Amino acid sequence: MNGRPLFVAFKTLLFKEVTRFTRIWQQTVLPPIITTSLYFVIFGNLIGPRIGAMEGFDYMDFIVPGLILMSVITNSYANVASSFYSAKFQHSIEEILVSPTPSWLILAGYVGGGVARGILVGLAVTAVSLFFSELQIHNVAVLCSVVVLTAVLFSLAGFTNGMLATSFDDVSIVPTFVLTPLTYLGGIFYSVNMLPNFWQGVSHANPILYMINAFRYGFLGISDIPLGWSYLLIFGFIAALSTVNLWLLARGHGIRN
Amino acid sequence: MQPALEIEGLKKTYANGMTALHGIDLKVDDGDFFALLGPNGAGKSTAIGIICSLVNKSAGRVRIYGNDIDVNFSRAKACLGVVPQEFNFSIFETPLQVVLNQAGYYGIDRALARKRAEKYLTQLGLWEKRRNQCRMLSGGMKRRLMIARALVHEPRLLILDEPTAGVDIEIRHSMWAFLRKINAEGTTIILTTHYLEEAESLCRNIAIIDHGRLIENTTMKRLLRQLRRETFILDTDQPVGELPPDLAALRRIDDTTLEADVERGENLGRIFTRLDAHGIVVTSMRNKSNRLEQLFIDLVKDGREARQ
Repeated sequence: MNGRPLFVAFKTLLFKEVTRFTRIWQQTVLPPIITTSLYFVIFGNLIGPRIGAMEGFDYMDFIVPGLILMSVITNSYANVASSFYSAKFQHSIEEILVSPTPSWLILAGYVGGGVARGILVGLAVTAVSLFFSELQIHNVAVLCSVVVLTAVLFSLAGFTNGMLATSFDDVSIVPTFVLTPLTYLGGIFYSVNMLPNFWQGVSHANPILYMINAFRYGFLGISDIPLGWSYLLIFGFIAALSTVNLWLLARGHGIRN
Repeated sequence: MQPALEIEGLKKTYANGMTALHGIDLKVDDGDFFALLGPNGAGKSTAIGIICSLVNKSAGRVRIYGNDIDVNFSRAKACLGVVPQEFNFSIFETPLQVVLNQAGYYGIDRALARKRAEKYLTQLGLWEKRRNQCRMLSGGMKRRLMIARALVHEPRLLILDEPTAGVDIEIRHSMWAFLRKINAEGTTIILTTHYLEEAESLCRNIAIIDHGRLIENTTMKRLLRQLRRETFILDTDQPVGELPPDLAALRRIDDTTLEADVERGENLGRIFTRLDAHGIVVTSMRNKSNRLEQLFIDLVKDGREARQ
């Protein structure tokens, strides 16, 4: 399989994934918009004015980039983890496994679906944020590259979760106990410079901090972390997770006896 | 001519230590309609799983039209279509989506995929249901959908793992007619089934697996010639009492039903003559079980006794 047939197979997988999450948009697209709107209302509108400025910006303006990226992270991850696990659970993954579609293309198709949902939800949350904040863009290239790379990274992580999961509980454990705490502690609502030295050091072990700060740089031009470190970390994780996923696919972990 | 399927020394030992295949060798010719039979747990589905890459083999080689599945992965798969035992499509998709997606995974352009989807869904009586969610389909429709899906890339070799399980007799016969048609058009078919009359009616060659070993691999005609004994059911016009000693070979099932074991080559007329002598009139006669079924049971039993 090469050239045009590979492209057709990728398009098919991507289209199937997009069709899946748009068919159930009430479960996939709507909830993050409502949740993030509540964050804007409660933290931005109600509590924000009492907090005052953060790193020289209105509190609402400060939290908007983090909340957009949080929705991208959680949706990219959830889309791939749940879709891949469902395909495993229903055995419909066998449709692809019996075909000549190579492993790397299976991974690319699912990641493409995760990125599509992450970006779609991110755009919807950005549109909602316009009701609360006058968004400014400092560097559009950084903004676009960080959001796409972060969506790729968390789609890959979701794929690993889907491959390793043996029950639907396993699909929800990581987002609940790992992803959400790391996201909240990743500097969405505060600057790590506010923390005591020890906790600043601890925060720097959180990879999500690097992504949120790079994304915030794209909007506001400020970051607690040097931009180069953020890109290095994102590319490093993408490379590592891609390798792990391709290895799992080659072994047929959980999908081949 | 290139064989459709060649298997050499195929072994499979699962992680729990259970050996499902002990090194089987098998060859299926191009254009054949081949039956792969065996009791539950014999290793048929494991063998099929290995052929279509859903099960990792422990040892051995598999070639599909000369393409080794470990070397020419892509070409081997393009030659193969599989209808699995269990339903394995998304129940939330429509039959049209299922078939079009499968075509896509084989790299077939949308326009051609649509033509083929219409062709096979129509031939299998599913075109009217193409926009219904799969979960709304009956069991028979789901089985036919899996056949349409397996054919959309027009494979040269089609493997069907119990395709008519749980399907009513009318649909089963229509599926047989369809399979005969595509076989006549050149598709090689390998069929596993527990309905042995299905295998006898459709297949020209046969292999029997038990406990992961091939215990028979021959033509259907040659196999049926091995049948040592057949059991017939005889219906009588009047109630029959205790059987006289010269009819000891017969068993009385109820007042008007007798059972007779007839060895291969034995003259059936002799039985009727003896019955006639006692004034017993037989109004109808039929096989107790399918001939292949009888043979299958004997072969599996013999194989197990030999191993013990």
